[in-house]
Amino acid sequence: MTNDEIFAKVQKTLVEALSVDDDQVTPAARLKADLGAESIDFLDIVFRLEKQFGITIPREELFPESIFQGDATYVAGGKITQTGLAALEKQMPYADLAEFKKDPRMDKVEDLFTVQLLVNYLDMRVKRI
Amino acid sequence: MRWTWIDRFASFESGKTATAVKNLSLAEDHFADHFPGFPVMPAPLVLEGLAQTGGILVGEANRFEKNVVLAKMNAKFHRDAMAGEQLTYTTTLVALNETGAQVSATAHSGGELVAEADIMFAHVTAAQLPPGLPDAKFVFRGELTHLLRAAEAVSKPKATN
Repeated sequence: MTNDEIFAKVQKTLVEALSVDDDQVTPAARLKADLGAESIDFLDIVFRLEKQFGITIPREELFPESIFQGDATYVAGGKITQTGLAALEKQMPYADLAEFKKDPRMDKVEDLFTVQLLVNYLDMRVKRI
Repeated sequence: MRWTWIDRFASFESGKTATAVKNLSLAEDHFADHFPGFPVMPAPLVLEGLAQTGGILVGEANRFEKNVVLAKMNAKFHRDAMAGEQLTYTTTLVALNETGAQVSATAHSGGELVAEADIMFAHVTAAQLPPGLPDAKFVFRGELTHLLRAAEAVSKPKATN
């Protein structure tokens, strides 16, 4: 499956799950800030992607939320620590963290979740099969 | 206040599908105002019935050990349902995992499609509850237990293969 084919499927999924228009779903669009996704939408997106791609997405693999919940070794003073960044890199090899690492603020984590990140993740998964 | 928006289960297949029936009686209070002389079943109450049918289907899949809450719904109505009609709510479990479930649902009157919906349910753990809730199991209890028994009465045994 090419990157364009994956993008087309992701776009269709997000249009249906979030009631947005096709042209809003650009690679750079952030799921929360740009497309208005709420936390419950992530569960919806996971279910829809599983069906679209015929895969199972284990809990925490695509949206690893628990990694930053109340663990002082990962988060300190509202910023992700070095240990936290290493964990994030390991957990999300499909994410481009270069920009984020310059200012790893906790409140910026959600901006990592872009349409392109979904495409990268699915590309990795489809190749793994 | 009573908040049961299905009358009985017609069939129940564990982990797969549940069908419930709702009779729309003119004696129901909401028909007096919705609307005077034109008794239309309020659409959200049809959706509530679909969610109750589907929610019990999801809950039963985990033997009612998890709290199942309605999280999200995409619905489409094809026509109004009027007092005097009998609605059949058919729900099918599309996906189920630890965090929640997806159910597809339809409401028919006779052979006519009245509404269809995709419903998302979330499993709420005790840790996610606001402090002060007296019972960590807050969904499948009280009035709802009567419905659960009704579902049990028409249920088919789970396929063993």
